[in-house]
Amino acid sequence: MNDEILDWGIAELQRRLDDRQVSTVEVLGAYEEQIAIQEPEVEAFLALDLESAKDVARQQDGRRARGEKLGRLAGVPIALKDNLCTMAFPTTAASKILEGWVPPYDATVVERLRRDDGIMLGKTNLDEFAMGSSTENSAYKITHNPHDLERVPGGSSGGSAAAVASRMALVALGSDTGGSIRQPAALTGVVGFKPTYGRVSRYGLLAFASSLDQIGPLAGTVEDAAIVAECIMGHDPRDATSLQEGSPRLVEVLGEGVQGLRVGLVTNLLATASPQVKTGVNDAIATLVKAGATVDEITLEELEFGLAAYYVVAPAEASSNLARYDGVRYGLREPGATVEEMMIATRTKGFGPEVKRRIMLGTYALSAGYYDAFYVTAQRVRTLVRAAFSRAYTSFDLLIAPTSPTTAFRIGERSDDPVEMYRSDVCTIPSNLSGDPAISVPARTDDDGLPIGVQLLGPALSEPLLFRAASVIEEGLR
Amino acid sequence: MTYRIDQADVAHIAHLARLRLSDDEIEAYQGSLSRILEVIAVMNAEDLSGYAPMDHPLETVNLLREDRVAPGLERASVLDTAPSAEDEYFRVPRILDAP
Repeated sequence: MNDEILDWGIAELQRRLDDRQVSTVEVLGAYEEQIAIQEPEVEAFLALDLESAKDVARQQDGRRARGEKLGRLAGVPIALKDNLCTMAFPTTAASKILEGWVPPYDATVVERLRRDDGIMLGKTNLDEFAMGSSTENSAYKITHNPHDLERVPGGSSGGSAAAVASRMALVALGSDTGGSIRQPAALTGVVGFKPTYGRVSRYGLLAFASSLDQIGPLAGTVEDAAIVAECIMGHDPRDATSLQEGSPRLVEVLGEGVQGLRVGLVTNLLATASPQVKTGVNDAIATLVKAGATVDEITLEELEFGLAAYYVVAPAEASSNLARYDGVRYGLREPGATVEEMMIATRTKGFGPEVKRRIMLGTYALSAGYYDAFYVTAQRVRTLVRAAFSRAYTSFDLLIAPTSPTTAFRIGERSDDPVEMYRSDVCTIPSNLSGDPAISVPARTDDDGLPIGVQLLGPALSEPLLFRAASVIEEGLR
Repeated sequence: MTYRIDQADVAHIAHLARLRLSDDEIEAYQGSLSRILEVIAVMNAEDLSGYAPMDHPLETVNLLREDRVAPGLERASVLDTAPSAEDEYFRVPRILDAP
C-alpha cells in the first residue's frame, strides 16, 4: 500500500482521499517510511518535523469527516527550500550566519500553500544563499543524487529536487536565480518550473539577486507542477515587484496539445550539450512534431553573453542584499570591540567561501572606476538578450533547448573550479536575465541511467503554452 | 581589455565588503576572481552602445497601493530573534568615538 501511495500524483491522491480509500494519516505514514529509508543516503533535508506534519494530517482527516471542503493541496506532503521563511522551522539558507534563526513570519508562498491545506514536511538543503549549481556549497551537508549517490543533485535547489526524485515529498518549492530550479530538476529527473518574473511573490524569500530571483515548483509530473504553480502565483501587495495579474489557468489547458505551434530549437545552446543530452532534446522534439508542432532551428548568439552578464549582475545584487547580515538584527553575532569589528568578525565567520567570492566579485563590479565597465555593460547585455528573445518570438511561439549541458556530475568534480561550475548554467541563465518563464521536463536517461532534462522557454506570461508543450513531451516520452 | 586583479585589490574589496581574509585566502581569491573576470570580459568584445542598460525585467513603475492601515510584524517577535536587544532597540557595540 505504501509504495502505491507514493505513486499517486496530487489529483489521484485527492480523489482517493475524497473517496475515503485512504486517510491523510496513512499518506503521511507512507512518506514517513520513505523518508526513513531514503534520507540517510540522500540527505535532502536540513530540518524535518514529521510529528507536526502528522498533527496537521489528523486535523485534516477530522475536518474531512465533518464534511468540510478542504483545499486543493489537502494531504499533499511538501518540502520547502531552506531560503523560504517559515515560522514553523528554522530558516538558514544553508549558511552558518543564520544558524538557528526562526523567522517571525511566513513567506507568502508558504502562506498560500498552507491556505490550500498543503502539509509542510521540512526544509531542504541548498547551496549557501542559493549560490551554486551542485548543492555542495551548503554549510551543513552534501546532498546526493537519488539516481547515483556519488553524484550531485544539481543546485542550488538540490535538496528540493532530490526530495521529490526520491519520493520523500510529493512536491517541493525551489528558487531560480540562474537556473536553480530547472538545472537540479534536470539532473534528478523531475519537472522544474521558473515562472515569469513577478508572477510569484518574493516576500519571505531570502534575497540573492532581486531582479533575477523567482520561486517555483519542483514535482514528479507536469500536472503536479501546474497545480502548485497555480496555488502560489498571483499578486501580493507585500512584494512591490509582484505583477497585478491573477494566477493563470494551467491545469485545464494541459490536454490542449501543440497542434500548429511553432517551436524554435536554439542551436547554439544545443551545441553546448553532450551527445547524449542532445539525443534527449531531439527525442523531445520528435514528440512535439508528432503532436503537430513545427520545429525549426534558430541561432541566438547573443545568449552566449548571458553567462558573463549574469556573473556581474547576480554578484552585484548579492553584495548589496547580503550587506544586511551584519550581526545586528538576526542570526550570528561574533564579539568585537566596535560595531565595525563586530560586523567584520560576524561576516568572516558566518559566510562560506563561495558566498564570500560572490560578495567580493559584486563589490568589485560596483566599486568606483569599474561600475560602467562591469555593471552598466552587463545591464546592456540584458537588453541584448531580451532583444534576441523578442526576435525569436516573432517567428516562434516557444523555444526548446537543453536544461543543462550535461547529466549529473560527480561530487567534487567541479567544486574546485568556479568557472567550470558556473558553466553548468549557460542554458538557463538567459531566461533569468530577460525575466521570462521556462520549464525543465525529463527527457529519458543517458547510458548510465542518469536523467536528461529538456527546457522549454517562452515569452513573458506564456505559462499556459509552456505547460501544454511540457505535457506533450512528458506524455510522448513516458 | 583585461581585468587582472592583484592581491592589494582583493584586500581592498574584502575590506569594502567587511570581510577579513588570511594571506592564503587573498592569494586563492586573487586566482579565482581573475579567472572569473576573464570570463566576464567577453562582454566587452561586443559594441553594446546601442542597447540601453536594463535595470529590471519589469517596465511598470510606481504602482501605488491604497493607503490603508494593515497589521505588520510584532516588534517583540522581531526583537526576540536579534542577537542582542534592549527595550525597543537592537543593541550593538560602541559606534561613536570607537577606539
